[in-house]
Amino acid sequence: MAAAYPAGFKYTKDHEWIDLAGDRGKVGITDYAQQQLGDVVYVELPEVGARLKQGQSFGTIESVKAVSELYSPVTGEVVEVNAPLKDKPETVNSNPHATWMVVIKLTNPSEAGGLLDATQYQDLIK
Amino acid sequence: MEQATEAPLKKTPLNARHRASGARMVPFAGWDMPVEYAGGGVVAEHMAVRTAVGLFDVSHMGEIEIAGKDALAAVQRISSNDASKLQVGQAQYSGLLTPDGTFVDDLLVYRLAPSHFLLVVNAGNIEKDYAWMAEQIKPAGDAVAVNASSRYALIAVQGPYAQTILQTLTGVDLSSIKYYWFAHGEVASVRATISRTGYTGEDGFEVFVPPQSADRVWLALLEAGKGSGIVPCGLGARDTLRLEAGMRLHGNDIDETTTAVEADLNWIVGWKKDDFIGAPRLREQKANGTARKIVGFEMLDRGIGRHGYDAYVGNDKAGIVTSGTQTPFLKKAIGMAYLPVAQTAPGTEFDVDIRGKRTRARVVPMPFYKRQK
Repeated sequence: MAAAYPAGFKYTKDHEWIDLAGDRGKVGITDYAQQQLGDVVYVELPEVGARLKQGQSFGTIESVKAVSELYSPVTGEVVEVNAPLKDKPETVNSNPHATWMVVIKLTNPSEAGGLLDATQYQDLIK
Repeated sequence: MEQATEAPLKKTPLNARHRASGARMVPFAGWDMPVEYAGGGVVAEHMAVRTAVGLFDVSHMGEIEIAGKDALAAVQRISSNDASKLQVGQAQYSGLLTPDGTFVDDLLVYRLAPSHFLLVVNAGNIEKDYAWMAEQIKPAGDAVAVNASSRYALIAVQGPYAQTILQTLTGVDLSSIKYYWFAHGEVASVRATISRTGYTGEDGFEVFVPPQSADRVWLALLEAGKGSGIVPCGLGARDTLRLEAGMRLHGNDIDETTTAVEADLNWIVGWKKDDFIGAPRLREQKANGTARKIVGFEMLDRGIGRHGYDAYVGNDKAGIVTSGTQTPFLKKAIGMAYLPVAQTAPGTEFDVDIRGKRTRARVVPMPFYKRQK
């Protein structure tokens, strides 16, 4: 039972999503990614203030089976971290598109234009 | 996240069934195998085996038969455990060792008849093991090894309700089969060998059936177990279950660089039997000790020590993690590691390098989980 891919999000080939509002975006991983990982047990996130380049690792996500890097969809600064997620990492599995990990303030908002839309992303994972 | 593969993957007789039921398939040891099932997942499947019952397709495992007048001598030569202790109808866990006492593979040895043995080996090692056995049994006399892997499908029913469910499909009195014994009969009207063994730390059975009947037996078991909460389980849960039960995995915890003594498997060595491959080295290690030994550990800090991660004592790289996971039942991060013997007492603390971060761990006795009888 796959979760729907919100049309308003942008997506990366590394299976993150970003939900943009102005020059800020909430970032999480896609339903496809959580299915591949299986039961998530740890999420390691950066500190507020961390500066990220597009495609740079901002943390790790670990399931019973495997460890995966989390990659930033855009260049910018981490302005918020979803700290409570540490204690309930399983919500990444149960509600992947509502479970944001960090909020990034974009240095260069035009970068988002290069990301995939929901249709393109779903073609990618077919 | 995808894994590249070259040779076409081998398929068990249940491959189409797994795909039809929405299993997530992955390449494993050259086989296309279910890692977890739709609607399940590692944690749910693991818990089903601990609290109810789970069904596993382990047909990828290899079966090699050794028969002939001198079959016992042949098995005694290549297998570390003492096969002369086996009665017909009995099985034992053992090692297939190199002259250095290290593991070509680990295996189960079944005594089918006084001079007829069935050796069940790991999927990724079938050809290697068969070649090794065929060569190494030659000095034993009149015995032949036959790779019979394609003649068997193997289905494991594991968990507290395993006996109740399997009993509804067979006339064999399962309560009379003791742990590590087996019997021949029928399951769902299919010719079967029923063995009270498993790789989960739970009570249960492994059922050998002809490949063409595997699907029928699989469906019959799922149907029979409906009311008991039976679920199909993939390789993911198989790995977390065996690790919780402290069982070694060849290729992770034991291999051609680790001896049976280092792996703390002295109990699968027939110390009193005549010479066998690897015996001199093992006897020397038993007498004089080894530099390192396997331990069970649990993480004290947040994180999972996984296969290949380095272990540190103080600032010194002192050992290596061979298995690690977050266990669904005990809800802890546990694992196995090789450490210097001085660091192997339960309670000893050490560090695991988890992606550049020193993370505290503590030696604990194995198994991590032992079922209540």
